[in-house]
Amino acid sequence: MFTTINPGFFSTIQDSGRWGYQAYGMPVAGAMDRYAYRVANLLVGNKANAAAIEMTLLGASFKFDESQLVALCGADMQAKLDGVSVKNWSAFVVQKGSELKLEYAVTGCRAYLAVRGGIDVPSVLGSRSTYTRAKVGGLEGRALRQGDVLNVANDTEAEVQAGNLKVDYVPQYEQSITLRILLGPQDDMFTAEAIETLLKSEYVITDEADRMGYRLEGPKIAHIDKADIVSDALPFGAIQVPAHGMPIIMMADRQTTGGYAKIGAVIGPDLLKLAQAKPGNEVRFRLCSEEEAVNALQAEQQSYENIARSIQPQKLVSENVRQFNIVIENQGYTVQVEEY
Amino acid sequence: MNGVELFHAGEQGLVVEFGKEVNKTINSKVHKLAKGLMAKANKAILEIVPTYRSLLVYFDPLSMKREELITQIEDLLISETQALQSGEEKEIASIVHIPVCYQDEFAPDLKFVAEYNGISADEVVGIHSSTPYLVYMLGFTPGFPYLGGMSPRIAAPRLDKPRVQIPAGSVGIAGSQTGFYPIESPGGWRLIGRTPIKAFNSAVANSFLFSAGDYLQFKPISVDEFHQIRKQVDAGTYSPEVTELQRG
Repeated sequence: MFTTINPGFFSTIQDSGRWGYQAYGMPVAGAMDRYAYRVANLLVGNKANAAAIEMTLLGASFKFDESQLVALCGADMQAKLDGVSVKNWSAFVVQKGSELKLEYAVTGCRAYLAVRGGIDVPSVLGSRSTYTRAKVGGLEGRALRQGDVLNVANDTEAEVQAGNLKVDYVPQYEQSITLRILLGPQDDMFTAEAIETLLKSEYVITDEADRMGYRLEGPKIAHIDKADIVSDALPFGAIQVPAHGMPIIMMADRQTTGGYAKIGAVIGPDLLKLAQAKPGNEVRFRLCSEEEAVNALQAEQQSYENIARSIQPQKLVSENVRQFNIVIENQGYTVQVEEY
Repeated sequence: MNGVELFHAGEQGLVVEFGKEVNKTINSKVHKLAKGLMAKANKAILEIVPTYRSLLVYFDPLSMKREELITQIEDLLISETQALQSGEEKEIASIVHIPVCYQDEFAPDLKFVAEYNGISADEVVGIHSSTPYLVYMLGFTPGFPYLGGMSPRIAAPRLDKPRVQIPAGSVGIAGSQTGFYPIESPGGWRLIGRTPIKAFNSAVANSFLFSAGDYLQFKPISVDEFHQIRKQVDAGTYSPEVTELQRG
């Protein structure tokens, strides 16, 4: 159990999403950055769909009522445990009575806090993800508030120890990102020059960028005739272009259907870059082949498997092992000492 | 595949499109294929989203190649065409009856719709509740039905300025469309009544009362009945009347 001391700017409980109900108009929701979310769960030995806390731009702080293994991944929000810096992309033990405090994001936009066992809120239509617009899932369908008490579930699948993620698996968040796209389903509603424009230009993320979608600004993408279509389904990453010619990239909380032509879609493995980008950051698009997209998905899957293997304990912790949190030059470490 | 087009929607999405316009024939092909694919229970198919005139199939390209999925869909479409030609298949759709109170307190725009069309308020209610409407698809908000088939005799333009907050259950008209709001939301529809039922209720096991491909028919009720049904809905004991519609 732990308590929300300060909820931050916009913190919600998310899992891998509410799949299976888009035919009923129910958005998928779920973690915006599936990679950071998944790695945070891996680092604490959780199942792939255990619920975690997604924080946006300005992090939250929590007081722990019991000792707990936790992991922080994604945006670097300068986390401090009882005033001492803790490493991002790592799992560490929070002692009973300790306070974990996050600040504003110095890199990235969204941070994930996973606790061993996952967050215990009722599952709604098979998911614990919060979809605030319909007040569904998470904690009463809303963002966290001061004083919210969070319970821990039992969604573990592996024995793990505190430790840092190998640096090879830590993504770098840039001010200027390139997203790979596949064209379709309505790229034939755009002129050839419009597709050139999309692929050759730089777009800037506007202030209207949230869990639902990211509105970009840049050179106009012209339609051959109309911008409107008979509404059809919207996948994560779909690039909608209304009549004004500025792209909108649909994200986790997108409506299930939309009525604007979609020139293409950002490939799944690249969406984390956008989920971690902030208003003012620059976006470029690059056309990729389906083979490249599937290979990227395969590589992402492989990373999860490698990480899961690398964090398994070398041997089972015996009764003789004691764990200490120590501080060296204002940086916190978890140390295990084994008595012979 | 005659008249069927396939498109990419990212590396995990395949769009199967039967046409570019809104009509019953195209929409029924969409729902038939969605049902056929669902019945296959293929684990590599993650989710199917049927809409007006196409369906989006989410699949896992690491366990099934796009080409394999396309072959499966082609086979399904061929067997469906054969079944239809041999007359084996009878199309049966459900009509879900939605109680609606058209009384003044729930119908701020009923008078406008009546005056706009030069008929009485009772006539608007009569026309609105006399035919079943096809649910072409659900979208916009959880459980929101896009309905087709409303009589042009009760069509009315949207409000110039949308209302900031429309109560859940509000039944409205926008142009030649009708429908109702499952959850409280902003909107510019002309409101002619309210239903006590919840098209989406996350608190009960059967969270959605109807699916795309079903028909809805509105049934006028009194204010008293509205409150009685609302109590049953809140207690989780209400289920709407469902009848069958035989299509020729």
